[in-house]
Amino acid sequence: MDLFTLMLLIPLVSGALLTVVGERAWAPNLNIVASLGTFLAAALLTVEIVANGPRFAFGEQFFIDSLNVFFVALTAFVGLTTSIFSSPYMKNEREHGRLSAGRLRLYKSMYQLFMFTMLAALTTNNLGILWVAMEAATLTTVLLVSLYRTPASLEAAWKYFILCGVGIAQALFGTILLYFAAERVLGETGNALLWTHLVEVKGSLEPTIMALSFIFLLVGYGTKVGLAPLHNWLPDAHAEGPTPVSAVLSGLLLNVALYAILRCKVLADGAIHSDFAGNLMMGFGLFTLLVAAFFLSRQRDIKRMFAYSSIEHMGLITFAFGMGGAVANFAGLLHMTMHSLTKSAIFFAVGHATQKIGTQQMDDIRGLMRVNPLIGWGLMLGTLAILGMPPFGVFASEFMILTHAMKHHPWATPVLLLALGVAFAAIFGKVQPMVFGETEAKRLPHAPAITPVFLHLGIVLMLGLWIPPYLTHWFHEAARMLGTP
Amino acid sequence: MSSIPLSAQFINLFAAIILLLAFAMLAQRRVLQLIDLFALQGATLFLSTLTVALTTGQAHLYGSAALTLVLKAILLPWILHRLVRKLNIKGEVEPLINIPTTMLVGLVLVIIAFNVALPISQLAHTITRGTLGIALAVVMLAFLMMITRRKAITQVVGFLSMENGLFLAATSATYGMPMVVELGIALDVLVGAIILGVFFFQIRDQFDSLDIHHMEKLKDS
Repeated sequence: MDLFTLMLLIPLVSGALLTVVGERAWAPNLNIVASLGTFLAAALLTVEIVANGPRFAFGEQFFIDSLNVFFVALTAFVGLTTSIFSSPYMKNEREHGRLSAGRLRLYKSMYQLFMFTMLAALTTNNLGILWVAMEAATLTTVLLVSLYRTPASLEAAWKYFILCGVGIAQALFGTILLYFAAERVLGETGNALLWTHLVEVKGSLEPTIMALSFIFLLVGYGTKVGLAPLHNWLPDAHAEGPTPVSAVLSGLLLNVALYAILRCKVLADGAIHSDFAGNLMMGFGLFTLLVAAFFLSRQRDIKRMFAYSSIEHMGLITFAFGMGGAVANFAGLLHMTMHSLTKSAIFFAVGHATQKIGTQQMDDIRGLMRVNPLIGWGLMLGTLAILGMPPFGVFASEFMILTHAMKHHPWATPVLLLALGVAFAAIFGKVQPMVFGETEAKRLPHAPAITPVFLHLGIVLMLGLWIPPYLTHWFHEAARMLGTP
Repeated sequence: MSSIPLSAQFINLFAAIILLLAFAMLAQRRVLQLIDLFALQGATLFLSTLTVALTTGQAHLYGSAALTLVLKAILLPWILHRLVRKLNIKGEVEPLINIPTTMLVGLVLVIIAFNVALPISQLAHTITRGTLGIALAVVMLAFLMMITRRKAITQVVGFLSMENGLFLAATSATYGMPMVVELGIALDVLVGAIILGVFFFQIRDQFDSLDIHHMEKLKDS
């Protein structure tokens, strides 16, 4: 069986299997083994693509090129580390009586199916299937967000479902309009939604329809990215769902939704012959960045705060891709990688910390350094990394975005600096007393998994200091795929 | 003026009925009647898709039509009816909607939708180009219904009605997306409705009501 099929089959089959055997004691290990299998398949696939170039799978319905293979590798990697993190975390939740065995089974099975939908969304060549996979990702995560069945988590899940449902309906209308435009050029065949066919004829697609279609697609998928003013579901879903879910939502789902927008932007750019799509993304990005930065300081719940930080970074990345051009695209891709790794590491540390102290209220969390120095350091270093402190990798990508903005869009620079400054003050001022200070907290029955936290931060640190040449090449290749307007 | 083919007239008629039903749903306060209107909308959608299929002779459109009939006109209304009976909310009415104002806002939305769709309709070469504006209007009316309603179940009917509008856009205005996509969309809608059904019971258990007024606790402090 070829690697691609294997990569999609492992999460699908193990998801189905876990619905049956998810209550067994070894089920968490099965979850990890399945994620490991997916990761290995993705890694080998990456090597193959880097060596041999793009390829198709299942006819022309799926395809992998240098752009999406990068997201696939990242998704599979964070999926693996999150499954490692969640094993002791979920056992502790069970000991605390917050979850029953049946819920744990639901969690594991939905986790694998969620991985499947994201990998399918990333690798499909058919923009219709992309939509279907995104909707399926919403459905699986709705069940994950409401896992605790508390009033607050139900409210969060309901909000998530309705807002993202409406958003994704907009995206479907955008897709239909895109088909409408494509059908005029490619004819009424099944090829009119295939991205590889569309990109060849993008210059002759009707500009008016494409502009309208892109607006709908941006607003629709943008809801899932967390772009303001449609970001309301995101803090609730992050705060009320289990922490591993917050980690994959922030680290992966937002990326996948942004990826969908990027694919559509390439087509829109080709058809419209102006910076229309880019300007729209820059506007939404800046607005999101500002809104999130100012909401950050008002948060009391630690997971809510870091959810707003995710919104902030998504705004920044959207802005970077909106600027377009080789450098900005490169910076955007790098920042996406850095944000995924750092934010999931932070959520791992936050998860263990809140579990130890027993609350998510930041005012009640104190002295993590004394409770468990590793968790304390993990949270501190993760926070410094996400705030863009050198030598971490986020610094490199934020620096590139800022300098590029200064050169080409100087009007945006004060806004960027203001938002980043406000965010820094808000987050650092809140994390510092949580890490240092006095406390009396008891030991957890299952020792936390610290390795994923430092593994992620280690990679972020390394990429901040030195990006391996093959990775640079790969990023350049992907940035080139996104094209220059 | 060149004569419009009979089939196109039929498709436009069905699209207009779908739009009228969207207005009727906007004004309907009772839950059960609302579901019946939704089923009727699904049935009209089936007829319109069938007409397009007969006119163009495209095989996959027959599949779409069958899918619409089974899913939108029979299965989903049946699931919703069952839910309403099981949850014991048959006689419920929604007291707090101002119908005249909602209708006026709906009218404005329809005008906006037609204006947005106008440049596209002029470019279309399909016989059913007028329906794109109607489809967008149905989507917007359903959206309005979701905003104005306070009951979880009516919000869901609004959501499903929005999908009806999108199906109308996909099948009537563009002669249908590739079959694999339509199947996927139908599957997602079905799974979504089932998940929401599960949700209703959880919400009722937690809040003793399906009124989403109770669900406004999560705010930025």
